[in-house]
Amino acid sequence: MRETATLIVRRGNAGEDAPTSSYEVPYTPGQSVLDGLRFVRAHLDATLSIRHSCISANTCKECMIIVDGKVDYACTARLEPREMVLEPLGNKAHLRDLVTEITPPDERMEHALKSGLGKVVAGA
Amino acid sequence: MTVAMDVVQLETDVLVIGSGAAGMMAALEAGKEGAGVILADRSLIGRSGATIMAQMTVAVALGSQTPDSWEHHLADTLAAGRELCDASLSQLVCEEGPRDILQLDEWKVGWARNDDGSIRQALAPGHDRPRCVYVDFLSTGPAVAKTLRGRVLRQKEVARIGDLYITDVLVTDGVATGAAGFSLADGRPVMVKAKAVVIATGGLTRLYQRNSASANMGGDGYALALRAGAELTDMEFVQFFPIGHLAPRLVGMDPIMWDPFRYKLGGRLLNAEMREFVNDYGNEEAGTYNVTRDRATFAILSEVKAGRGSPAGGAYLSFQHIPAETLRASFGPVIDRLAANGIDLTRMPIEVAPIAHYHMGGVKVDARMRTSVPGLFSCGEANGGSNGANRLSGNAITEAFVFGRTAGRTAALHARAAGNADAPVPAGALDLVSAVAPEHGENHAGLIAELQQVMSVDVGPFRTEDGLNKALAAIAVLKTRVGALPPGAPGPYNMARLDWFDLRTMLLVAEAVTRSALARKESRGAHQRDDFPAMDPAFVLHHTVKLAGDDIVLGRAPVEGHTLCEVA
Repeated sequence: MRETATLIVRRGNAGEDAPTSSYEVPYTPGQSVLDGLRFVRAHLDATLSIRHSCISANTCKECMIIVDGKVDYACTARLEPREMVLEPLGNKAHLRDLVTEITPPDERMEHALKSGLGKVVAGA
Repeated sequence: MTVAMDVVQLETDVLVIGSGAAGMMAALEAGKEGAGVILADRSLIGRSGATIMAQMTVAVALGSQTPDSWEHHLADTLAAGRELCDASLSQLVCEEGPRDILQLDEWKVGWARNDDGSIRQALAPGHDRPRCVYVDFLSTGPAVAKTLRGRVLRQKEVARIGDLYITDVLVTDGVATGAAGFSLADGRPVMVKAKAVVIATGGLTRLYQRNSASANMGGDGYALALRAGAELTDMEFVQFFPIGHLAPRLVGMDPIMWDPFRYKLGGRLLNAEMREFVNDYGNEEAGTYNVTRDRATFAILSEVKAGRGSPAGGAYLSFQHIPAETLRASFGPVIDRLAANGIDLTRMPIEVAPIAHYHMGGVKVDARMRTSVPGLFSCGEANGGSNGANRLSGNAITEAFVFGRTAGRTAALHARAAGNADAPVPAGALDLVSAVAPEHGENHAGLIAELQQVMSVDVGPFRTEDGLNKALAAIAVLKTRVGALPPGAPGPYNMARLDWFDLRTMLLVAEAVTRSALARKESRGAHQRDDFPAMDPAFVLHHTVKLAGDDIVLGRAPVEGHTLCEVA
């Protein structure tokens, strides 16, 4: 029988209740949790938001999440053929699903606006 | 439909899109010229592009340990480019590269040094002498990115905005006047008015299933340039890095990490018969690993095609002849990371295969980084021309520095002179980013994977007319499946919408690559046609790409500049 990893992923936007989605991902040795999440997005559910830039090379450091209660990079954490619980970082503002606000404060849009680079206008 | 939404309006002299080495260099230089700069990136500033993933070499004729001059570097660059380099651009890279390397040295990037204190230079494929500087065999890119980011942080004229996805350059009366996009953190539409816009978005390797760059390298700059009315050149030339990691699976390590191993220790490329084969293809490697990337790629894939590939479909790379202590002395902690992945190099070969790595083609610019659209500039890997049909190893970061600096300066001077500060915003500029549409029923992340499959199979290193036509047909079908509007509503980090915008870009760029490849009925450098296996002098020309309405139009342009014999 083919082995699977079951990813139980915390979902939702900031400030919402925290429902979870459960995804069955085919397991082969040598995969990362990020590989599993990318499989989910391409084959099961594209509405799942995750964040990464490099792909399992551990250079961009953008994919930090909580794996089974511990802070880890999704690209270096190994996917395992069992239930794995994935949550967004607890110490950063939550944006959506597994994505938190990791942009340095002075590189965010709000900072640019406060610095006088522009303004917010009501849309038509 | 669109809904009433708050819109962010920003204003600056120079907008730089992309914050790899080219973008950061452009921002620094424009700031130095006194221009106000917004340095925008769809991800984190200085962390998200190809630079940070660069492993090793930066080619530059410093002559710090072996006498050298930029003319020698240029001769090697032109030879690798197989007669298709725009020599004015190649010359700029080779001639001005040393200045930027020394500048980075002054900024304490930490180039490796010889015992006598001189900057150490390694020999890399295609170079006639040791010419490549590096920080450490596996961390040159991160050091460069960190150093430049440190400088950008101190440059008060430069405002950094991360998580800003640019979808289109704004063009008013044929002149670039800013850009439209959205803020990823909250989904708000964003409009940036700018007197000059610099594209520094890198390449397109995300079009391919196996690639060595970041997920952001889906050809954003090429699509931005095309839709703004600018011209692209040489789009058929996608560089494959010959020895990308294939098997067994590696977690948390860069797929192109084997090159430094090979330079430093030697490493035998073997076929299924455990025989070295690279010399069978007219190369003379002789243990020096000086075969250029296009030739090594060709040799490996030819062996696979002949049924002599490794089980996963590549070649074996073996370090079994290297003693364990030498391996450890050279790559210390990396050996432990490999062991954690079940790899013991003293006991087993690993499998490698060509992996999409770099794009030689791109935005057509002059030696001041001007595109054909006034106010729009381009730099770094986003540019085409300087590398012709094949890039010499080590030239990518050099050109990021030189082109970035040049683009920053030209853009700042343009902004100073520009009178377009009050140009009207083009009608409908924010329609797409503020659109609210029903969910499509299509999984766009899945469609991206389908496109990657199509490109890998039919527009990879080996091409045929049938395959390329098949790819064009598949791209046309994917276009109809994408839909006219991004799905759902703008919101915080809505990746389903992000995928839609990425796919819109990737399909346009994939078509540009495929149509250019179809037109080039010969084999040259990184472009190999099974149905036209020889180089044809009739194709010493550039294919150019423009948009007419929604249609891609191919053109031809002569190759400008030096011939090899003039500089050799």
